[in-house]
Amino acid sequence: MGELLTVNMGPQHPSTHGVLYLELKMDGEIVVDCKPHLGYLHRSIEKIAENRTYTQFIPFTDRLDYLASMNNNLGYCLAVEKLLNIAVPDRAQYLRVIIAELNRAVSHLVAIGTFAQDLGAYATPLFYAFRDREKIVDLFDSICGGRLTYNYMRIGGVSADIPARTEQIIKDFIAYERKQLIEYNELLTYNVIFLARSKNIGILSKEVARSYSVTGPMLRASGIKWDIRKEEPYSMYDKFDFDVPVGANGDSWDRFKVRLDEISQSLRIVEQAIGGIPEGNPVSKVNRVFRGTGEAYVRTENPRGELGFYLVAEGGFNPTRCKIRSPSFSNLGALSELVKGLNISDAVCVLGSMDIVMGEIDR
Amino acid sequence: MKNNDILQKIKNKFPDLSLEETPHGLVIPKTALLDVAGFLKIEMDFENCHCVTAVDRRDKLELIYLLYSTSHHFMLTLKTFVTLDDLTVETLSGLWRSADWLEREVYDLFGIKFQNHPDLRRIMNPDDWTDFPLRKNFTRADFIPRPQSTGLKGPNS
Amino acid sequence: MSVIFLKGLAVLGFIAVSAMFSIWLERKISAWIQNRMGPMMTGFHGTLQPVADTIKLLLKEDIVPKGVDFLSWWLAPFFVTVPVVMAFLVIPFSSKWIALDLNVGVLYVCSVTSICVLGIFMAGWGSNNKYSLLGGMRSAAQIISYEVPLLLSVLLVVMQSGTMSMQGIVAAQEHGWFILKPHLTLAFLIYFISATAEVNRVPFDIPEAESELVAGYHTEYSGMKFAMFFVAEYTNMFIISAIATTLFLGGWQGPFLPGLVWFLLKSYGLVAFLMWMRWTLPRVRMDQMMSFAWKVLTPMALLNLLISGWFMVK
Repeated sequence: MGELLTVNMGPQHPSTHGVLYLELKMDGEIVVDCKPHLGYLHRSIEKIAENRTYTQFIPFTDRLDYLASMNNNLGYCLAVEKLLNIAVPDRAQYLRVIIAELNRAVSHLVAIGTFAQDLGAYATPLFYAFRDREKIVDLFDSICGGRLTYNYMRIGGVSADIPARTEQIIKDFIAYERKQLIEYNELLTYNVIFLARSKNIGILSKEVARSYSVTGPMLRASGIKWDIRKEEPYSMYDKFDFDVPVGANGDSWDRFKVRLDEISQSLRIVEQAIGGIPEGNPVSKVNRVFRGTGEAYVRTENPRGELGFYLVAEGGFNPTRCKIRSPSFSNLGALSELVKGLNISDAVCVLGSMDIVMGEIDR
Repeated sequence: MKNNDILQKIKNKFPDLSLEETPHGLVIPKTALLDVAGFLKIEMDFENCHCVTAVDRRDKLELIYLLYSTSHHFMLTLKTFVTLDDLTVETLSGLWRSADWLEREVYDLFGIKFQNHPDLRRIMNPDDWTDFPLRKNFTRADFIPRPQSTGLKGPNS
Repeated sequence: MSVIFLKGLAVLGFIAVSAMFSIWLERKISAWIQNRMGPMMTGFHGTLQPVADTIKLLLKEDIVPKGVDFLSWWLAPFFVTVPVVMAFLVIPFSSKWIALDLNVGVLYVCSVTSICVLGIFMAGWGSNNKYSLLGGMRSAAQIISYEVPLLLSVLLVVMQSGTMSMQGIVAAQEHGWFILKPHLTLAFLIYFISATAEVNRVPFDIPEAESELVAGYHTEYSGMKFAMFFVAEYTNMFIISAIATTLFLGGWQGPFLPGLVWFLLKSYGLVAFLMWMRWTLPRVRMDQMMSFAWKVLTPMALLNLLISGWFMVK
């Protein structure tokens, strides 16, 4: 082995998904050692939480995993509701599930698009994904007035009822997206070059995945059938019928495929929920400020894995501590083990298949 | 599986340990942390270290491990207290690899020093920093704590 | 003397216009594939966009990064661009429109275009940037490997036509394009795949793989030096298409329309095909690409050469 070449990949690099900085030691094209450095997007959101009331913190959760803001809102609101024992109207529960699942679908679309981009399919899959995402972003815009940071969920409900035509728009989207998924399968999933680049690359075994506390599609791609929505149903998930897609090998292609399958499962959930929304007012009459004591930990299935909120309250209007257990943080921990000995192109492929969002890693 | 069962099993294994069961988890002395955690992992199937965090209780720091067992479908909250004059505690990163980064984060934000940790560096904040931002007594020249409201009178009270 | 000078001027003018047109075409094709509009503001459907880009690049500051190996860094763009211009010498646009009909035309064009790799490697080495270095090394390995099957498939055309002169090869296709003969169809495929790799286009754009190496060997170049790489890339694309047209698609021959129009139609058709590939396919990996060259393309080209040579001699 000759002299090792140190390549500083990031914080500004086209494929590190934000501001991740990887310190790569390379022997020619082979990655010998990989050391991730975090913190370039650290905004100390956990400290901010200690200086805001419970309600005021909801917009900050949007900034964690900015591709799945609705899911973050949901997780935080569930944690506060558990801490303070607040009941949620049925209509709000249904709306939350529908919106969280739609957000999961479009978040996975972005993940698929960027993964294909990392494999060198210039921009086209990304534009296709964003074209579909645009429909849902427009829908969310009409629901809550935001296109990226939604701030829609409220403690004890949602901020407003949905506009009248929403149900029809969602039904149209489901029919449209099912057609599109078939096209994506034809374009990408079984493309020869795509298979050659992602099959058997970055294999994550079950034991390693568990040891690193990997969650979400990454864990399921390794063959572990584990989904909080099934295992410990929160909100209304126990009322809906859906499958948990799992992969066979735990390689990059499996992670991609699991995400693609999860989109259709999300659409299934939305389809079931949209038919059964009960009448009523989803905006609950809860105070804007609360006092609380105790501790609560709630984890929800985010698009990237299990998002947990650990809230500690000591009687004030603000939480004493709000720990955010972000899925990408734990998932990224497995990176340096996965990329050792791979080609640099494969390292990019593995990183892309992990689908990290730096917003929730650095917080 | 309940907190109680686990408590009983730990008691059987470590008879002379001062255990405390609270509604929010098991509290054990920090000297026994590694032994109890090892027992939990190997004999009780807690194969997943889900989350590590800490809370500043002003006179001491509360270190919290969330351990999860897939086979028991149970999340155990394991707590221990670290006093401010002795911030060392044995690392669990040898048992669960996820604890590596999570403990680095706790070190970064609270300053708890994990002994025998393979790579105890700050993970988010700059390496040359000496403050621990999530401590309650953390101050900076440009950091203005938000005034605490005292009642439900309105936004400007 | 002055005739040669005028011809050279015409070639330079053509290169500039062709590169601009290719860039506009690429942007429009990619937009069409991706449900976008592409450039629309400057001129009719953005036709003047490349002109605006050129003016912008001309006016940009020429940044010299710290610690570059100045000579090789400064010369690299010329090493990439000049051979491209030289290759135009023997390209037959029509029966009369050819600068110089060398009797070793094919040999000349193949040897001149392979100088480009020197420039790319100089750029990679001189930039004092690790991404550039990796890109340059990849590029050298890639272009040298793909030169082998490329030349083998071109050799078959020379054997078939019995001449190395470009006009001679076109004349040999008077009664049927070479691509219609089965062994030359295979040769055309091998040629086109290798040529795609030679000009670093997707799926073989490994030296400038954006998601891995930022911009590969031209990461550190800005302003007009960057523009020279850019022009060279697009002109190279036109050259390989033009050679493919000449060698396999009957050159400027065709019914009704004048020869020049046929030639440009065929060449830009191939250029458009390259663009279509670029915006559709993912990229292959370095080792996969190398093994494809040495384990698939080269043996195939050799076998093709052997078998068709056998039939020709018999």
